[in-house]
Amino acid sequence: MTALAGVRPLLRFMLRRDRVYLPVWVLGIVAVTYASLSAVRGLYDTPRAIAAYASTVAASPASIALAGPPFAMDQIGGILIYETSLTALLGVALMAVFTVVRHTRREEDAGRVELLGSTVVSPHAMITAAVLVASLASLLVGLGVAVSFLVEQQPLEQSLLYGASIAALGVVFTGVGAAAAQLMSHGRGAIGVSLGVLALAYGVRAIGDVGESRLSWLSPMGWSQQVGVYELDRWWPLGLSALFTGGMFVLTVVLESRRDLGSGVLTPRAGPAAAGPLLSGVVGLSWRLQRGALLGWVVGVVAMAALLGSFSESIEDMVAENPALSDVFAAGAAETLVDAYMAISLLLLGIGAAGFAVSSALRMRSEESSGRLEPVLATGVSRGRWFAGNLLVTLVGTVVLVVSGGLGLGLSYAVTSGLPAKAWELTRASLVYLPAVLLVAAVGVLLFGWVPRLVAVVWALVAFAFVVAWLGELLEIPARVADLSPFSHLPAVPTEAVTAGPLVLLSLVTLVALAGGWLGFHRRDVGAGA
Amino acid sequence: MSAAISVSGLVKTFGTTVALDGLDLEVCTGEVHGFLGPNGSGKSTTIRILLGLLKADSGRVTLLDGDPWRQAADLHRRLAYVPGEVALWPNLTGGEVIDLLARLRGGIDTRRRAELLERFDLDPTKRTRSYSKGNRQKVALVAALASDVELYLLDEPTSGLDPIMEAAFQHSIGEMRARGRTVLLSSHILAEAEALSDRVSIIRAGRVVQSGTLRELRHLTRTTVVVETERPMDRIGDVPGVANIVHEDGRVAFDVDTDHLDDAMDYLTPLRITSLVSHPPTLEELFLREFGDRVVAAEEEAAR
Repeated sequence: MTALAGVRPLLRFMLRRDRVYLPVWVLGIVAVTYASLSAVRGLYDTPRAIAAYASTVAASPASIALAGPPFAMDQIGGILIYETSLTALLGVALMAVFTVVRHTRREEDAGRVELLGSTVVSPHAMITAAVLVASLASLLVGLGVAVSFLVEQQPLEQSLLYGASIAALGVVFTGVGAAAAQLMSHGRGAIGVSLGVLALAYGVRAIGDVGESRLSWLSPMGWSQQVGVYELDRWWPLGLSALFTGGMFVLTVVLESRRDLGSGVLTPRAGPAAAGPLLSGVVGLSWRLQRGALLGWVVGVVAMAALLGSFSESIEDMVAENPALSDVFAAGAAETLVDAYMAISLLLLGIGAAGFAVSSALRMRSEESSGRLEPVLATGVSRGRWFAGNLLVTLVGTVVLVVSGGLGLGLSYAVTSGLPAKAWELTRASLVYLPAVLLVAAVGVLLFGWVPRLVAVVWALVAFAFVVAWLGELLEIPARVADLSPFSHLPAVPTEAVTAGPLVLLSLVTLVALAGGWLGFHRRDVGAGA
Repeated sequence: MSAAISVSGLVKTFGTTVALDGLDLEVCTGEVHGFLGPNGSGKSTTIRILLGLLKADSGRVTLLDGDPWRQAADLHRRLAYVPGEVALWPNLTGGEVIDLLARLRGGIDTRRRAELLERFDLDPTKRTRSYSKGNRQKVALVAALASDVELYLLDEPTSGLDPIMEAAFQHSIGEMRARGRTVLLSSHILAEAEALSDRVSIIRAGRVVQSGTLRELRHLTRTTVVVETERPMDRIGDVPGVANIVHEDGRVAFDVDTDHLDDAMDYLTPLRITSLVSHPPTLEELFLREFGDRVVAAEEEAAR
């Protein structure tokens, strides 16, 4: 049996399994990149707009920390890369990690590798085939990005270099995912370690880029960005990516040779043999299941809010220089642009919080459909108590998240502007969004009560609210349609004064929806099949 | 004896599928009641209605003298349930799940918990994500058996257990019976119900078709006899109640209706018996006879 026996049939098998999964990833990343390319290109179509961009956005440390080192900001090509590389790089890295873990560790978790291993397959065939699949997908993303640049009339060499730098990060994280899959004993752990490496790579290059230090060269993400398209146009940093990837593959093979099937190099820590005092009721269970997700959301929202707040200073210049952006911010005559910007930021954070509120409320459905609800309801827990306990955690989590968003935005604004009162003002303003956020979640609860199979439909409402809030003015969505979003009824704090009317109305609708959900849940069959 | 569970004329449909079609079931207090039937015959649906998780379309259901739909939570404090498919929270350890379920039910006997963990050889410090199907089943079993309640509803509780653990399970059920607890044990593993049950109900296509003690049910069936004699048994086929005669290497195997067992012996004794083995019908045979036609039909249906 040669070292590569079985790779080819496995490869065919994986590609067949992924015939929907991979095209969605690849086309998704390329489509998002292409859409933002043409949007950005339309926005900065004059030398003046480009110059304004270079002196505002690309000069802000926060934006450099977010997007990467500013190269060639004096031309549209540089701006295109600055604006699109973040999503493309993160997207391709996530795709690579998920794909390689899905075909290795997750398959072992499911016990399917033993079946394949009993056929004519060499010891490393599985991981080899998975690495080939994920690398191929990364190259396709790179190719797609390069073609998008060509379509947007960028030169061939730069298009190819940019595409290659994107693909390179995908291949690097294929290696990271493959090694993590050997290290950890479960798919979840392998993905966790890989995403940790990605976050580290992102953070290291952010610090390095802001300080213009060599630190960026320690990050695989830095290598992909240091090719400096349009300014330096150098290919050799990708050589570092290749070397690193090679090292990861060697590590993978060594680790795989040393471990048993089904286990990892690291064995999982033993957990508590008995439940702690917190884990003793519906609320305790729900809190235990959601606290990790809530923490993640709070960290994400605070980081996002702090970033949005730190832009406040450069906002006025930027918008003044670019009339197209003024449309997005829809500033009225009387308000300052910064207040309008803060209102938009609060709105976006509110819709983000709605994302949490919905996913938290829909946990009830996933508990039910996974079959975990039945044994709980077969104890002394009534339907009503379970329902209320879960919603209590959703409510508290949502309030915490909305307030953290406002506080993060306010503090960041206060520090940037030197106006400490802003911190409190924006935190208080964020509470205005609470009724709308909770209403979206309540619609999910109503669906859960009556048509549990269709709960996911509520996500359409979240997406709709986002489109209306972010693009409503630009797309000229009629007011009657926009009013279907609960967020359309809120005063645009801090620009507008707070009036009780809409808040009371939204709260009443929320209560009615929750009561409806409660009623439906008490009347219907409960269980995985319901 | 009073009834722990009393069901009559129970009907439940899912869309166009009739899951329960006028089911009657009586489980007396203090008995271990086997609830037997092939997959898809309605066992789990019945148990879910008994738990108030599903709402019956029509029929009368009484559980521990209460209405399981209206008084679900109150009744549930007096019972423990083991589902057929055990799904657990992947992040929690087995020990945490056992404690959580017991606390939700109203308390746990920690000594009994330790004893059961030992008996079922279960490591409570592992995350349930890394448990096999059998180990997940054990978590649910320990959680249920560690609670001292009046009624245990066990839905195919041993489907993932190995034979040693199956023995541990049978031992536990023996203890329950000795303490006067009521157990409803659904199964399609017949040896299990045979070893444990005081009475059984056989369900088929949403109806109970037979119910009674194993003795009563065996009475309806035949005894299998394998016999060797010095003189030939040419006329064994003429004995009333004898069927399925097979001649093999000078031995003869046949089934005989229990009522005609003495007729068969009267015929055989003068022929000088040199060896004789007889055994009562296993539940397996009972089951096959009851469902034989139906199982074949269902398989044909599935093949189509």
